[in-house]
Amino acid sequence: MSPEKMTRMANQIATFFESQPDADKAGSVAAHLKEFWEPRMLEKLAAHLKTGGEGLSPLALEASKRVTA
Amino acid sequence: MKDFIIPTSKDMDMGTPASKSTEMVTLTIDGFDVTVPEGTSVMRASAEAGIQVPKLCATDSVEAFGSCRLCVVEIEGRRGTPASCTTPVTSGMVVKTQSSKVKKIRKGVMELYISDHPLDCLTCSANGDCELQDMAGMVGLRDVRYEAVANHFEARDTSGEANAQFIPKDDSNPYFTYDPAKCIVCSRCVRACEEVQGTFALTIEGMGFNSRVSAGAGGDDFLSSDCVSCGACVQACPTATLQEKSVIEMGTPERSVITTCAYCGVGCSFKAELNGDDLVRMVPYKHGEANRGHSCVKGRFAWGYANHSDRILNPMIRDKITDPWKEVSWDEAISYTAKRLRDLQAKHGVKSIGGITSSRCTNEETYLVQKMIRSTFGNNNTDTCARVCHSPTGYGLKTTFGTSAGTQNFDSVEETDVVIIIGANPTDGHPVFASRLKKRLRQGAKLIVIDPRRTDIVKSAHIEAQHHLPLLPGTNVAVMSSIAHVIVTEGLMDEEFIRTRCDWDEFAHYAEFISDPRHAPEATAMLTGVDPQELRAAAKLFATGGNGSIYYGLGVTEHSQGSTTVMAIANLAMMTGNLGKNGVGVNPLRGQNNVQGACDMGSFPHELPGYRHVSDDATREVFEAIWGGKIDPEPGLRIPNMLDAAVDGTFKGLYCQGEDILQSDPDTKHVQAGLAAMECVIVHDLFLNETANYAHVFLPGSTFLEKDGTFTNAERRINRVRKVMAPKNGYADWEITMMLANAMDAGWTYTHPSQIMDEIAATTPGFANVNYEMLETRGSVQWPCNDDKPDGSPIMHVDGFARGKGQFIITEYVATDEKTGPRFPLLLTTGRTLSQYNVGAQTRRTENVVWHEEDVLEIHPHDAEVRGVRDGQYVRLASRAGETQLRAKITDRVSTGVVYTTFHHPDTQANVITTDYSDWATNCPEYKVTAVQVALSNGPSEWQEDYNAQAAQSRRILPAAE
Ligand code: SF4
Ligand code: SF4
Ligand code: SF4
Ligand code: FES
Repeated sequence: MSPEKMTRMANQIATFFESQPDADKAGSVAAHLKEFWEPRMLEKLAAHLKTGGEGLSPLALEASKRVTA
Repeated sequence: MKDFIIPTSKDMDMGTPASKSTEMVTLTIDGFDVTVPEGTSVMRASAEAGIQVPKLCATDSVEAFGSCRLCVVEIEGRRGTPASCTTPVTSGMVVKTQSSKVKKIRKGVMELYISDHPLDCLTCSANGDCELQDMAGMVGLRDVRYEAVANHFEARDTSGEANAQFIPKDDSNPYFTYDPAKCIVCSRCVRACEEVQGTFALTIEGMGFNSRVSAGAGGDDFLSSDCVSCGACVQACPTATLQEKSVIEMGTPERSVITTCAYCGVGCSFKAELNGDDLVRMVPYKHGEANRGHSCVKGRFAWGYANHSDRILNPMIRDKITDPWKEVSWDEAISYTAKRLRDLQAKHGVKSIGGITSSRCTNEETYLVQKMIRSTFGNNNTDTCARVCHSPTGYGLKTTFGTSAGTQNFDSVEETDVVIIIGANPTDGHPVFASRLKKRLRQGAKLIVIDPRRTDIVKSAHIEAQHHLPLLPGTNVAVMSSIAHVIVTEGLMDEEFIRTRCDWDEFAHYAEFISDPRHAPEATAMLTGVDPQELRAAAKLFATGGNGSIYYGLGVTEHSQGSTTVMAIANLAMMTGNLGKNGVGVNPLRGQNNVQGACDMGSFPHELPGYRHVSDDATREVFEAIWGGKIDPEPGLRIPNMLDAAVDGTFKGLYCQGEDILQSDPDTKHVQAGLAAMECVIVHDLFLNETANYAHVFLPGSTFLEKDGTFTNAERRINRVRKVMAPKNGYADWEITMMLANAMDAGWTYTHPSQIMDEIAATTPGFANVNYEMLETRGSVQWPCNDDKPDGSPIMHVDGFARGKGQFIITEYVATDEKTGPRFPLLLTTGRTLSQYNVGAQTRRTENVVWHEEDVLEIHPHDAEVRGVRDGQYVRLASRAGETQLRAKITDRVSTGVVYTTFHHPDTQANVITTDYSDWATNCPEYKVTAVQVALSNGPSEWQEDYNAQAAQSRRILPAAE
């Protein structure tokens, strides 16, 4: 999976939760990632974060950090 | 109803439709007391008492007409001899169905009919299956006194002159013939076409002796008329006039088995009628609760693929996809496959293989495939083609209501007052449901259609939508939010429902969001292209018009905001109080026959059967206790993720049951790359489908006629599929999966699918009380079916939502990244047609191709003109993903800026064009929006040529060794 595709998918999820009233939006995004993304995909996300997480929206970035921590 | 040949009392023709009244009336018929609902005809009341009154023009699928006068009876205190089919019962009525007076009249009527009917009964195709014959026998007709001066059935008179009244047989329809020589002009066919099917293709032309049945306008035959070949008229015809060609060829059947259609999500029940193991015809079953005796051209007639010469009956293997196929024994194929899969796991890890189940397969098969993957492969890399159609329904409805099920049964449509259809084309995709809906619309229910195209349901005979909102593809959320905006800002919501059934504070927050002027129809019109006045009127109609129901299809789910639109639909139903009773609800129209079942059976990578997440310890323990071994608590790969992982080199082996991902999944080139990167692709199917071009193992599958099991239709109805003949390939599909699992040391011992259902019931609360014995007695049941709901659940959320309180979700519109621009200025959206099914592997191998032999591109006259495209010309369709070539059809069904095509044929491969964009929550691909350009074409695209060359190369089969 190309980094662009991965960041687009993560950003799409973040965009949805951005609009929700959830108190902890990053937590909701992280929970969604954990629920639906296979570990290989999360590993790729972690690797992408290591190199700066380019292209991830601020909320997606925050959530990615939590889910890969 | 021509079901005489295989009579069972249950299937007897009652003459007129059942009355729905709850008031009961008692009368006396031939000395017996009979109690029936008010509004019942005397004819039906007699039938209830076991007394058959002779009849010709009446049948219980249509309203009585009273034209033949064969059914006359005597009623005490009434003058004359009233027709029993048109006379309603009254309390205390005393009826005599036999008397010398009525007998004489009946004989006279029969004499007249027979004097204008050929007497070739012995060689007639309806011999033994003809009501005219039966009635002649029943009234004791022994001679015909009239010498007919003119008749309709002799081509020439005795002097050799051509008979002007003679009309030759019309056999233009591939499945049935119309032989006017045998017509008794009872008009049952005309009424069936109107009342049951709702197409109004037939009329009676002329008067008196000159009256004839006619399809379409003058000069039309059945094929060129509006007829959609549903078969309702054939079913209603009492004579050989309208007759299945298969019966003409093979003779009348001698046994029948009740089973379920394997095409769309309506899940119609059929009687498969056979001679030995030769299938003669499929007849819609009148006690089928989804279809109530109706059918469409696919289920009724398009089953010839089961015997098609393309069907592969022996297993085949090859080391490389560039090799030709080699036929081998089942043993060799299975052990070869098991070894290759285990070797891959040894080399690349447990998670390097997975499987895809199909929504075409039975619940039991699907359950076994995911069980094999989770417990034998040892990972959760299982997915289903529901991924690419209704996964957003699962996510959206679970979030809002607490369960991913559609809320109603199909009968519910009979009580609806206002219907919204969004992103669905029921007359093509779910034809039997469409007929039932149209019947309700003709009774006065109102219709709102939200669709980029002017689909047939928008305007057809005696039906017209009150509002059609032709939105731009990709703007569903904006339109749904605007509708909600109008309802909330004008105070039209059902406050009591919201207060009792939902969380009021949550709603207040939602109301604040949706009331913002940015959601007003005037503000969103810029994005959606929908007239704000029309939208306001539609919103008001829905909120105030009585029982409101919403039906939706893949035009909702297959978008980057698919899940959000599903939640917007759920919001709309909740705010208007349209849940938990008849006539309302949120109704996903599922595409394939068992989409619902495939989802229920745990074929998604994150969910075990019954929609329980794999991370849930208690759920895993339930299955581990029965399956043995441990289940991985992490979600597996979804189909698009599998392909990505294959390209990345971490996913190497795929078992693909009944699914043609290369043709049906988006962005064909990416699918190709993924498949090509795998080292063991196993295709388990009827035909060498497109995916098989990249396969190393081919396991021949069985058709729905060759196995036992269950399908669950769009209304959660579990219907039995029954084996009517032995599998031509040797094994039912569940046996093949079991052989593979056992070759990988699963140790399974099922001997019948009913045992698999028992395991499902034991592990999945919604199915707890389901078993084959119960289905045998009840016919079908809608889940949940357990101790709480022993009779199943026709309507969901009656006293409360599955999750407790219904949840309103904020639905902010987000434009898709797929945008038009100078290179790709048009939006392509995709759909399906009536006669073809999905990738067409089955329907293309039947006579249905006469209606749709190729995929065409619908384009608006204006867009065509500026490109110099004329009707019927080949055009090149290109997107950033790829390009292909197909014929243009110029029509104003689509708006300017929008083009449309179907994906039934591999030659066009519309999915070369679609992109890898997908729904934010579920990765359901965005099939419905692709930015494209259209230009005149000078021949097949390079890609098409390469593809065809590779396919031809790959389909070679080595001659079997002697
Ligand atoms: S075609 Fe059959 S159903 Fe129609 S009018 Fe003639 S006999 Fe009756
Ligand atoms: S097959 Fe169906 S659509 Fe065609 S004429 Fe008969 S009832 Fe009408
Ligand atoms: S395709 Fe659908 S509507 Fe047609 S017969 Fe089959 S289940 Fe019924
Ligand atoms: S059956 Fe009653 S009039 Fe024909």
